[in-house]
Amino acid sequence: MVEPILRLDGLRKRFGGLAVTDGVSLEVAPGEIHAVIGPNGAGKTTLIHQVSGTLRPDAGRVVFAGQDVTALPLARRARLGLARSFQITAVLPGFTALENAALAVQARSGSSFRFLRAAATEAALNREARAALDQVGLGPRAGMPAGALSHGERRQLELAIALAMRPRLLLLDEPLAGAGPEETERLVGLLRGLRGRYAILLVEHDMGAVFALADRISVLVYGRVIATGAPAAIRADPAVRAAYLGEEEAA
Amino acid sequence: MTGALRAAALPLLVFGLLAAAPFLGLGAGWAMTLLARAMILGIAALSLWLVVGGAGLVSLGQAAMLGIGAYAVVVLDAAGVTEALVVTPVAIGAAALFALATGAVAMRTGGVSFIMITLAFGQMAFFTASSLAIYGGDDGYTLYGRSTVAGARWMQDRLAFHYLCLGLLLGSFLLCRMLLASRFGRVLRAARENALRAQAVGFEPYPYRLVAYAIAGGIAGLAGFLLANATEFVAPSFLAWQRSGDLLFMVILGGLGSPFGAVLGALAIVLLEEWLGHLTQHWRLIFGPLLVLAVLFLRGGLVGLGRRHG
Repeated sequence: MVEPILRLDGLRKRFGGLAVTDGVSLEVAPGEIHAVIGPNGAGKTTLIHQVSGTLRPDAGRVVFAGQDVTALPLARRARLGLARSFQITAVLPGFTALENAALAVQARSGSSFRFLRAAATEAALNREARAALDQVGLGPRAGMPAGALSHGERRQLELAIALAMRPRLLLLDEPLAGAGPEETERLVGLLRGLRGRYAILLVEHDMGAVFALADRISVLVYGRVIATGAPAAIRADPAVRAAYLGEEEAA
Repeated sequence: MTGALRAAALPLLVFGLLAAAPFLGLGAGWAMTLLARAMILGIAALSLWLVVGGAGLVSLGQAAMLGIGAYAVVVLDAAGVTEALVVTPVAIGAAALFALATGAVAMRTGGVSFIMITLAFGQMAFFTASSLAIYGGDDGYTLYGRSTVAGARWMQDRLAFHYLCLGLLLGSFLLCRMLLASRFGRVLRAARENALRAQAVGFEPYPYRLVAYAIAGGIAGLAGFLLANATEFVAPSFLAWQRSGDLLFMVILGGLGSPFGAVLGALAIVLLEEWLGHLTQHWRLIFGPLLVLAVLFLRGGLVGLGRRHG
């Protein structure tokens, strides 16, 4: 088997007496979309924080591209090529869409301790930023302040920023959150276009999207992975049905 | 292009007026003194703008950097060194170094803690200056004269000093604008708008903010050098926290959105103070409410006002 791009190895995180992450191990292979699903309170957000580097696990390791990054903060992991998107959109409202993406290009294009030249005139940064916007269909909106974009467009911009980082792994935290049916359809189409080209760890509530996109699914319940496998196997797994899907069907 | 021209119109007008002021009936001694003071505080306000408007950190300790620049003039004067080509770099360097050292500590925190720590460092500098008996302690220190430039005494000349202050004000303004537009400034602005986003693309805000704080310290040191020369007298009151508060007010009144706001705010406050002071002895009773109204109704500051009607 190929070397995984991301390996979580026995992650544990407690808040007071509550084990929110209780020995989670999983792998993401290059080019694979690996989805993590689970009912509310399963610990998905806490897990994402530990993968991205905003939260330090109590035990276990995060190995990214063969390197133990457990002790590295968010910014360092980002420079290694781990790009995360946010559940609550976190684009820079005062920046144009282009400048939002250009910032991400700048982060991997030499030193940013440069004081003389106006960054907006750097053609190389703008070209790559533009390409990332085009990739998500936001090209025509490049000059708009991000704060003036619609909700769905801001979700697209989140994705463009992550792509502009030229990531080795995309960590997508509910990329469809708050999107309407049409926006969802467009975003799922975008994500499908990334399939095979990027390794993606996808946390998402929209079951239809997860089963349509994922190569593999891990089911998280009370901080533990109760099953990992292909979508069809997960759908048929009685433990998963009991813990999770049954709840959905009943609702 | 017209947008860029419009954005430059107000700065061009104000700097033009300052350049022409000595020939527009403001050539008298008191007027030139007042204008020099306004321009020097404008430089100090610009330095604070870089911290507040640029990096998004509210500081109540900027007067310490101004005072350190002024005391650099004093210390060197007492040692017999009055050459501006030596004194100026020392004033800038000492203030920048102080900013770097205190900023390295203060920036471990954020928000209210940052305000309190900058205030505390400012007070430490203030009490240190008060206790320096060889430099006059609380009573301050009277300079023998203004600094010389390459041995020449032209800073004594009122008109020459006016244009020196104006040139350095303009230079500081252009420097701040350039910094904010650069790669460095883009990271600063991103971290100000959303620090988590900046980190998520790979930028740790700390070193960028610290460098901005040190540069701001250097600019304030330059203002301190000029202020010492303008008054030919330096006292611990230069470093008092009230002055930090005044500077913060200039920056906020002028508008955080553009470095030119700091220039406008400083000019407006210094000139308004003077004008009201002539009208009545109780001018603070008018000044206070005016400032409150300005903050309530000029959301973008004075600079926003010019933009809307420009």
